[in-house]
Amino acid sequence: MEATIPILILAFPLFTFLLLGLLGMKMSHKVAGFIGIAMLGTTAVLAYIVACTYYFSGDPAFIFEGVRQQYQVFDVTWLAFTQTLVVKLGFLLDPISALMLVVITTISFMVHLYSWGYMEGEHGFQRYYAFLSLFTFSMLGLVVATNIFQMYIFWELVGVSSYLLIGFFYKLPSAVSASKKAFIVTRFADLGFLIGILLLSYYTDTFNFIELTQNPELVLGTTGGATYMGASVLTVAMVLIFTGGMGKSAMMPLHIWLPDAMEGPTPVSALIHAATMVVAGVYLVARMFPLYCVVDTSLTFICCVGAITAFYAAMVACAQTDIKRILAFSTISQIAFMMVSLGVAYDQPIEGVHYSGLGYMAGMFHLFTHAMFKALLFLGAGALIHAVHSNEYTAMGGLRKYMPITHWTFLIGCLAIAGIWPFAGFFSKDEMLAAMFNRHWFWGAWMTMVAGLTAFYMFRLYFLVFWGEENPHYKEHKPHDGPWQMSLPLIILAGVSICAGWIQFGEFVTWNGEPYHIHIEAPVACTSLIVACVGIGLAALMYMKPNKLPAQFKDAWPALWKAANRRFYWDEIYMFITHKIIFNIICKSIAWFDRHVIDATMDGFAKVTQSVSFRIRGMQSGEVQSYVGWYITGAVVLAGIAWLCFA
Amino acid sequence: MDLSMLWYLVPSVIMFVCGIYGFMTRKNLIAILISLELMLNSADLNFVIFNRYLFPGSMEGMIFTLFAVALAAAETAIAIAIIINIYRAVGNTDINEVKQMRF
Repeated sequence: MEATIPILILAFPLFTFLLLGLLGMKMSHKVAGFIGIAMLGTTAVLAYIVACTYYFSGDPAFIFEGVRQQYQVFDVTWLAFTQTLVVKLGFLLDPISALMLVVITTISFMVHLYSWGYMEGEHGFQRYYAFLSLFTFSMLGLVVATNIFQMYIFWELVGVSSYLLIGFFYKLPSAVSASKKAFIVTRFADLGFLIGILLLSYYTDTFNFIELTQNPELVLGTTGGATYMGASVLTVAMVLIFTGGMGKSAMMPLHIWLPDAMEGPTPVSALIHAATMVVAGVYLVARMFPLYCVVDTSLTFICCVGAITAFYAAMVACAQTDIKRILAFSTISQIAFMMVSLGVAYDQPIEGVHYSGLGYMAGMFHLFTHAMFKALLFLGAGALIHAVHSNEYTAMGGLRKYMPITHWTFLIGCLAIAGIWPFAGFFSKDEMLAAMFNRHWFWGAWMTMVAGLTAFYMFRLYFLVFWGEENPHYKEHKPHDGPWQMSLPLIILAGVSICAGWIQFGEFVTWNGEPYHIHIEAPVACTSLIVACVGIGLAALMYMKPNKLPAQFKDAWPALWKAANRRFYWDEIYMFITHKIIFNIICKSIAWFDRHVIDATMDGFAKVTQSVSFRIRGMQSGEVQSYVGWYITGAVVLAGIAWLCFA
Repeated sequence: MDLSMLWYLVPSVIMFVCGIYGFMTRKNLIAILISLELMLNSADLNFVIFNRYLFPGSMEGMIFTLFAVALAAAETAIAIAIIINIYRAVGNTDINEVKQMRF
């Protein structure tokens, strides 16, 4: 494949960012928005061309004897520090990167279009589009990275763009602190990522993904003997690399930034904090999957983290009042679902090495479908907020008559995420649950329960917003659907959410490139469908018409409800640890040491110098002739000494 | 008979010691400057003497002396300028008046 189109895919968003960032303020809103949308549309078309060429052309470089290949379109040396430490930039095409190209550009294009209506008249409209382009550029660079260091560079770039976009309304103190929180928490996680990269590449002498993953046993051979902090280097490195993914994908205990990130504009939440950036952690694990396979300790770790996070986030989502927060916790829960799915993808070796690729395929499938319906739900939530000017569901209720388009598309999104046949979520969730049951019945049962909770909290949200009593404010300000720029993306994404499940996903994306034939496992599918229906039924019972049931539940377990509402006090725990322990004990003692030892030493030098010079300044008498006397005396003495020594 | 090097060096030493004596005892800045020139000239004389007796084939000492003379002229000009400024400031050229310029 020629390198022109891949380069253009990266160059267009970057160029748009520079153009709008530097000259945006000289343009009108319309021109800036049009440039942003047009450029992104072009990028999307190019990305589709690349993905279609990869999947369908049948070129032996891409698919060889029925096995999809990894193909580096280009890989140029960027920084050559030493013979071995070389940082390269390139463009890797393989099943998952081609998939991500499609997902990112599609969602990004929808969000660009939607923002034209949603952000109309906002101060800094051009800046907003510039940042969106920067984000798109960085995210595309991340998914096509040929080596782990390039991925790290773009990983940080998406972090920066996320920071800039969360803090877009920089006059709101809450937005500013949310953006700082997101950046700092993910930076902490990225420290682990960086250490993991260095550790791994130190022992393997390479950053390149293909070299690392094509022969994982070889990597294990080189690093197998070495240990670091009590475990084999590879295990430690893979767990540390996963820490970076935990930060970006908001896994416990690093999830605290994502709910606050909802302070950003809603389309940004749809693009970054639901569909693309937050799944970077999943993508990272998928990218390094063969390495994770050879160290199953790290896969078990991923599995546990995912399972706990999924349940936790689902519990919290049931007790929130802010519709965007509910969606945020739902995102955390769904990403954790994908993590568990990847975590169970390893099977016990039978006769040598054997991998079960079902979990991998299902996780990526869910990543794809989740991106579509979660973006749809967020954009729907944006339309609601646009209509009633509040994030709280208490300001909504009974909106189905006023906003039919939003209502129907939101319902489709809810059905998809709940996993109801024939919507997209059903198929991907079924595959994931099947993979989990294959591994151990416990994972399957646990995650089926989470799936039931998902259905419950999503329909709780749906009924509270669209059914129930109408809010009295509607008489003064009648809510209505957004302009066509907002409705069109909703309709398109709803269409995708309905159809996406029918794609034979296993033909396109599997962990080793060999096609996998998806078949619905009837017992698993029936169980999850029944559980989801129970969840929906329960939500309908409690929230469809105003009744006493929710209040009775609340009174029955007040502590549980309060804890879930306060997100199980994670923010308070963090505040306690940072303010009370780190600031009070560690930082204060360091400050004491700084002031009383380091500063005091320097002050001591200054004081000694000052007092000595004060005492000896009398020697400078101003009597020139006495200076000469001293000088001559000294010269004579030195001459005498020299004479004694050498003569 | 040839004069030995000592005959030349003795007047040079006398000049130098006179210079030191004058520098340390005179109170007038001009007199101190003259003593300074005396010391400088004795050093120049030494250059010439050593060049003439120890390295008769070369010219470095002579040329260095010419340099030193030129430098001495410049230095004198600067010293005179300073003395004139001191005179304008304090009204005379007594070395003890300069004492107030310490720290």
